Amino acid sequence: MQSGMETLATLANGAGTYAAGVVTHDGEAHAATGFTSYAWLLVALPLVGAAVLLLGGRRTDKFGPLLATALSWGAFLVGAILFIGMLGRDDGDRPKSVHLFDWVAGGSFNVSAGMLLDQLSLVFVLLITFVGSLIHVYSLGYMEHDPDKRRFFAYLNLFVAAMLLLVLADSYLLLYVGWEGVGLASYLLIGFWHYNPAFATAGNKAFVMNRVGDLGLSIGIFIMFFHFGGVDFSTVFAGAEAVNGVNQGFMTAIGLMLLLAACGKSAQFPLQAWLGDAMAGPTPVSALIHAATMVTAGVYLVVRSAPIFEATPDAQTVVVIVGAITLLFGAIVGCAKDDIKKALAASTMSQIGYMMLAAGLGPVGYAFAIAHLLTHGFFKAGMFLGAGSVMHAMDNQVDMRRFGGLFSLTKITAVTFGVGWLAIIGFPGLSGFFTKDKIIEAAFIGVGWRPWVFGLAALIGAGVTAFYMSRLYFMTFLGKKRWTDDVHPHESPLTMTIPMMVLSLGSGFLGLLLVPTGFITGWLNPAFGIAETAEEHPVVAPIIITLVTLLLIVAGVGLAYLRYIRDDVPVLAPTGSLVTQAARQDLYQDQINEGLFMRPGVHLTRSLVFADSKGVDGAAGGLAAMIGGSSSRLRKLQNGFARSYALTMLAGVVAILGALWVIS
Amino acid sequence: MTEMSSVPWLTIMGLIPLVGSLVVAFAPGSALMAKRLALGFSLATLVVGIVAALQFQINSPKQFQLGEQASWIPQFGVSYSLGVDGIALVLILMSLVLTPICLIAAWNDVEEETAEAGGARNVKTYFALLLVLETFMVGVFAATDVFLFYAFFEAMLIPIYFLIGRFGGARRQYAAMKFLLFSLAGGLVMLVAVIALYLQGPGGSDGFLIERLTGLSMDPTTERLLFVGFFVAFAIKAPMVPFHTWLPDAATESTPATATLLVGVLDKVGTFGMIRFCLQLFPEASHWATPVVVVLAVVSVIYGALLAIGQTDMMRLISYTSVSHFGFIVLGIFAFTNVGSAGSTLYMVNHGFSTAALFLFAAMLVHRRGSKRIPDYGGWQSVTPALGGIFLIAAMSALALPGLSTFVSEFLVLVGTFPTRPAAAVIATSGIILAALYMLLMYKKIMTGPPPGDLIGERALARLTAEEQAQPEHARRSLVRDLSTREKLLATPLIAVILVLGFYPNLALNPINPAVDKSLSHVLTPAAGNAAAEGSSK
Repeated sequence: MQSGMETLATLANGAGTYAAGVVTHDGEAHAATGFTSYAWLLVALPLVGAAVLLLGGRRTDKFGPLLATALSWGAFLVGAILFIGMLGRDDGDRPKSVHLFDWVAGGSFNVSAGMLLDQLSLVFVLLITFVGSLIHVYSLGYMEHDPDKRRFFAYLNLFVAAMLLLVLADSYLLLYVGWEGVGLASYLLIGFWHYNPAFATAGNKAFVMNRVGDLGLSIGIFIMFFHFGGVDFSTVFAGAEAVNGVNQGFMTAIGLMLLLAACGKSAQFPLQAWLGDAMAGPTPVSALIHAATMVTAGVYLVVRSAPIFEATPDAQTVVVIVGAITLLFGAIVGCAKDDIKKALAASTMSQIGYMMLAAGLGPVGYAFAIAHLLTHGFFKAGMFLGAGSVMHAMDNQVDMRRFGGLFSLTKITAVTFGVGWLAIIGFPGLSGFFTKDKIIEAAFIGVGWRPWVFGLAALIGAGVTAFYMSRLYFMTFLGKKRWTDDVHPHESPLTMTIPMMVLSLGSGFLGLLLVPTGFITGWLNPAFGIAETAEEHPVVAPIIITLVTLLLIVAGVGLAYLRYIRDDVPVLAPTGSLVTQAARQDLYQDQINEGLFMRPGVHLTRSLVFADSKGVDGAAGGLAAMIGGSSSRLRKLQNGFARSYALTMLAGVVAILGALWVIS
Repeated sequence: MTEMSSVPWLTIMGLIPLVGSLVVAFAPGSALMAKRLALGFSLATLVVGIVAALQFQINSPKQFQLGEQASWIPQFGVSYSLGVDGIALVLILMSLVLTPICLIAAWNDVEEETAEAGGARNVKTYFALLLVLETFMVGVFAATDVFLFYAFFEAMLIPIYFLIGRFGGARRQYAAMKFLLFSLAGGLVMLVAVIALYLQGPGGSDGFLIERLTGLSMDPTTERLLFVGFFVAFAIKAPMVPFHTWLPDAATESTPATATLLVGVLDKVGTFGMIRFCLQLFPEASHWATPVVVVLAVVSVIYGALLAIGQTDMMRLISYTSVSHFGFIVLGIFAFTNVGSAGSTLYMVNHGFSTAALFLFAAMLVHRRGSKRIPDYGGWQSVTPALGGIFLIAAMSALALPGLSTFVSEFLVLVGTFPTRPAAAVIATSGIILAALYMLLMYKKIMTGPPPGDLIGERALARLTAEEQAQPEHARRSLVRDLSTREKLLATPLIAVILVLGFYPNLALNPINPAVDKSLSHVLTPAAGNAAAEGSSK
């Protein structure tokens, strides 16, 4: 505590002068100049779009969706210019800080609103604005006939603005604004078709479970402020690095609290239950928010907080464990889902598990967590858009048992989806091959039991992924047609297929561009000191890991082929084994939550309401005899002795005052 | 300690609505004229308030500014002494902004909503009472004489009692009486403490001035007894568990405008009093009582939220959320850190607007459907989308969504409490989950799903003309309109304030910070305050 106070004193000087810039892991962020100082446009453009569309009402129905799409592309343009500018600078000169204004100054708690443009935040900016804008375009077609599409685009723009704020904030408090901002957008979009009560419930579930995570974020920030005297990244990270000794209790507490937040936002175990229900939202939303960007914010938080986690190996281990559990959990559930969107959601959960696992491994994993996050953003968004296209073709049918044989009827969808499928299972040469393989390798690095447990979990997950994704693809596009005669599948319009094509290009080649070239490691290296750890080797030779992975993938695809192409797929799901039944029920996650929290909670509130009206109300102030009880007594209260009692009291007060006045 | 002002701004601020109430009540003319006059007077007060606030010096070394002092009852040491610090200033400004908004909200109350039959006489009385209330609100925050404060504290009961008892719903008299009994009980205890405090002080013709009573060296037992006397009255007013049970009845039975001023402004007198009197006059006793107060505050946060989840009447639900929010405010005050106190003060301001939004927007629903029962609704977002939108903003403000004003204050309270009371802060933080539950469940039940078959409930039906009533059900649906101009007029400033103070809270925090430091300087000087000082020094 004493040493903490001393660091505090030195910190206090630095924290106050923002012009000095934000300290990242490896150096200082310089105050922004030139175009960089217009980085606020990134958030402002989509925010203006949301405001115009929401306030403008029906008047903006005609041009609103186009405006929102244009503003989203505008944000991408700003991001691209910033990125190119950053490419042109030396490593040390890349991070820039943009001070916006003094935001909260309550007592000794001071936080400015500012942005940190560094290598990490900019790759997110590019992902969010590029995939986000593509999905805006797709939605122009997908939502064309929805009477409320203006509101839809307003929420999409709101989401983009909040997500950009989340990744650009230079303090945990401003990050919090983006963090719950994307939660709000997610809530609004899940319940977009609000006349369906089940959808509204799904929105509530997502918001409330995210709030459990936000509890962690709040408490984490409290501890940071208490120990470091500030909540901006530079103060906190400088403080974290100055902490003597690893695994200080409070550092571990911060780490675990941030992890709790990440679990809520990224649907990681044990806060995973909302993601499947979130598929109630329109499919473009599932692609953008619940696959490519928002759900990966938890990974961003962990990677961004690297200096904290590096000071607390205990918390890091928990991150890896959570990642490992979730990747298997999602994979198992994914095998049993017949709803195409829910199967993809389970897969998202599982893939984020991979990222989380990598992020928990420390510097060896950061770059690959982010690389997988980027490629996943492309192939999973592409597949969700493909699923939307299939639903478009099939009158909003989502049951894969009613699909089959769609390849020849929706060729573009089938091919673009196919690229995504091959990418996610790790087909050699495609994106997922490079990024996931690297995570599996990284999981095998270490000493003792850890590399074996985590490495094997990642390995098994890869095999299961190959099975359930192949199952999904085969059931949808191959095999015999199983839809009813009144459905007439057709390919979607160009507004929908072009974004799918662009995303499938990314699914194909992004991994190749990022990983074998060493771009992503080199790019993120200055921020995370990745180079120092490049010498660590897995406990098994990488070539063997790659071979075994490929073997498992072949096995997974083969099994899916046997069961879903060679054998007929029954239109009604067979009973299945106990494991299948459990997986269909999401391993009983809802039943467990209901039994542990919801039902006791309902009983608690009911009994409290009863106790409050009978007990506390009656007892308070000793008024029980007069106030509680039957209606006849109540009437007595209104015109009986209670009124005269009160008036007597009032008169008494006046009399006492008068007497005092006279006496003195 | 008080910077005197050459212009009696505060007296003017109090006099305008008082004169206004007389004019409104007794001038001949139509009900409409009375309403317009009332609104005019309240707007004039607001203008004066803003002009006065511009005279306020943020970095003044004196505790109070815009001071005025005159002898009132010199034999008994009572002076007519007014002055504001940053805390009082922001609370007065909040009251002055809320009053015209409430008057606009109250526009058709007498004719439509209350059980009392119409007539110009009633309209005049109703608006005159609301204006009288504004006078007392200014007075109670501006009083720098303990006895004067007490006089305003008790005087406020009179207009509120009549506002609830005459213009409320079916059980209004029961609610008004319950409110009066609770308040009088608290007031009596406080009166004893006020007089005893005077006897402890230096006496003299201005012996009731706060500055004369600050820093007294008292026998610890006496100080603690006096503290309890003040605190109980404030805890009832605030209201804290277990003194909260009058609030749901009072809020649900009174008109929405009365409920807004009652919960949004008058209840703040309780928490304001804790900072101004409990902490400043009885610092040692404040430390002594803190463990109990902190526990009560945390209980209020959680208990109020749980009860809110269980309510089926939307006005009752909103009042229970306030019980929870007042728990946060008290927690921040008794954390004894400048972050917590600044947060609590800002919370008082933000909660005023946030609760006003909830009560008044909910009243717009009640006006259309004719029922306060949540299960009577469903699907209203598709019936009145704009009303659905502003109701969502109010709900988000109540659950302290980051980016809105309430988040800043709630976060400051918690981050300021954590250094001195970590366990309390962590437990209270779980209130954010409960807040999401009570707001989103209500929103879901009212706004989503299919709309009810008969949109216009029985009570609202009675307002329609015979011709309209005769229309078939499906044709009557078109009679349910989205926001009217009057409703937009009152919603816009509320939402604007909620957004602006979320984006730039320093607007309020800048005057609050030095005032909080001065108030805390007393409670942080004793040795017992060391730990707290350490926390707040960060």
